[in-house]
Amino acid sequence: MNNKIKAKAIKFGNNIDTDVILPGKYLILIDPHELGKHALESLDTEFVQKAKDGVILVGGKNFGCGSSREQAPLALKYSGVKCVIAESFARIFFRNAINIGLPVIECKGISAAVETGDELAVDFEAGKIENLSNEKKFQVEKLPPFIMKILADGGLIETLRRK
Amino acid sequence: MNITEKILAKASGKKIVHPGEIVNANVDFVMVHDLTGPLAVEAFKKIGIQKVWDNKKVVVILDHQVPAESVKAAELHKTMRQFTKDQNLQIYDIGRGGICHQVMPEKGYVTPGAVIVGADSHTCTYGAFGAFATGIGSTEAAAVMATGKIWFKVPPTIKINVKGNFQKFVTPKDLILAVIGKMRVDGAIYKAVEFTGPTIQNMTMAGRMTVCNMAVEMGAKNGVIEPDETTRKFLVDRVKTMPDFKMFQSDKDATYEKTVEFDITKLPSQVACPSSVDNVKPVLEVGDVSIDQAFIGSCTNGRLEDLQLAAKILKGRKIKDGVRALVIPASQEVWRQAMQQGLLEIFTEAGAIVCGSACGPCLGGHIGLLAAEETCVSSSNRNFIGRMGSPQAYVYLASPSVVAASAVTGKITDPTTLET
Repeated sequence: MNNKIKAKAIKFGNNIDTDVILPGKYLILIDPHELGKHALESLDTEFVQKAKDGVILVGGKNFGCGSSREQAPLALKYSGVKCVIAESFARIFFRNAINIGLPVIECKGISAAVETGDELAVDFEAGKIENLSNEKKFQVEKLPPFIMKILADGGLIETLRRK
Repeated sequence: MNITEKILAKASGKKIVHPGEIVNANVDFVMVHDLTGPLAVEAFKKIGIQKVWDNKKVVVILDHQVPAESVKAAELHKTMRQFTKDQNLQIYDIGRGGICHQVMPEKGYVTPGAVIVGADSHTCTYGAFGAFATGIGSTEAAAVMATGKIWFKVPPTIKINVKGNFQKFVTPKDLILAVIGKMRVDGAIYKAVEFTGPTIQNMTMAGRMTVCNMAVEMGAKNGVIEPDETTRKFLVDRVKTMPDFKMFQSDKDATYEKTVEFDITKLPSQVACPSSVDNVKPVLEVGDVSIDQAFIGSCTNGRLEDLQLAAKILKGRKIKDGVRALVIPASQEVWRQAMQQGLLEIFTEAGAIVCGSACGPCLGGHIGLLAAEETCVSSSNRNFIGRMGSPQAYVYLASPSVVAASAVTGKITDPTTLET
């Protein structure tokens, strides 16, 4: 994981569930690149086109609620999403994202401070988020060191391999 | 400490734990199914160790895409069969088990005080037995298979205290829908929910499972109910060693983040309207909603007493022309009991189709999918956009009684309004 990323934001609302992130009918797909082709298509058929060069997703409350399907964060990661920032996350999605090496950041107030198309800069090590388009800045609580290590390793399996 | 704290303390070898503390817990059982298992197998192989930490503690249940509807699904099943063979694990294959959350308690894998994780969000169902049970992803399931351990942040607990007796046709499903309607879909995010009070104590295991099953729909980490004589009776012939029930009662001075009181004395049948589980209203207030499909089944409401409720309404009646009704018993055991009790006869006589035990249309992966602009009333647990097929379809969640009554009239119907 890069410690600093910069990308354009795509914003969604509250309670974005894993069924809209990746519908159940695609769970038989194993190749993550195939999963990535269907990310969020129920909400926006052009999402994958918009995300392919790298974006930061901004969500409201309870992002990733619903099913435990790890295919949901996988689909986002392989569609081009570099990081998800939300007011709050559903806990299984939060853990899954970290475990597959997709950075997730809880940030109160982010929804109101970002519009789709804004340029965001994230510094994970420092816990800093900046909206370069309107100069709004956020300092977030850093994740515990063992979780930062999983992200730095690129996911839980890599962390376990290195043990 | 409350039950959740006691279990996490015991599992992590501590005398006492507090909300917010991170613990490394020993796991009693880990479960994966056919849609989460293959990714877990792939992840497990990458870790680079040969054998799972304890082959008696890993359970594989094929229940989502069963019987295989596509070559891809058949390949996933093949992967899981091979893995269970290589690792000498217990597998409940097609025709041997049913829906994972019904099979786990039926086959004796769930006991009070246990820590059980499953690669399925409705793993929280087992809290009905006084266990700490929660959903995890595939990669984490692989890590548990390798190490037998998992980290948890000890959650703060919300107590939901329920009193009153159910009115005729009103069920534990109506209670949990009403609770979610009040708590909202993020009302218990990262938290434990402990259900207490006389209504819960008087509930059967099936009812308690329905209630705990949907704890995740308000964001909860786990739902839990104090184990008692009802729990013991269910488990006695199913588990090998019965734990000491007294260890897993909440202390009188246990701490809770808050307590929410519900009195169900006047609660009418409820329905969660599209497309959020907290969009809950009394059935009598939804107005004129025509349906195309009615589904009775799932890990929420596919148990014998759910089928009995539906059969009571469907007996001597016909499914409305233009409506298709699907009945899917939650497990092979439930299927056989329903057959022996003549319930399947009633369903098929009424014009419903009875399918083999599986998740069915609940997650929109296999049978009974919806076309655009179609409406389904379902006894399952989620009505998200696209959940049961087309993103332009509509799903209403309700009790088996409401689903059966609606199948008869062709409109979402409170059973009290059916002509006798």
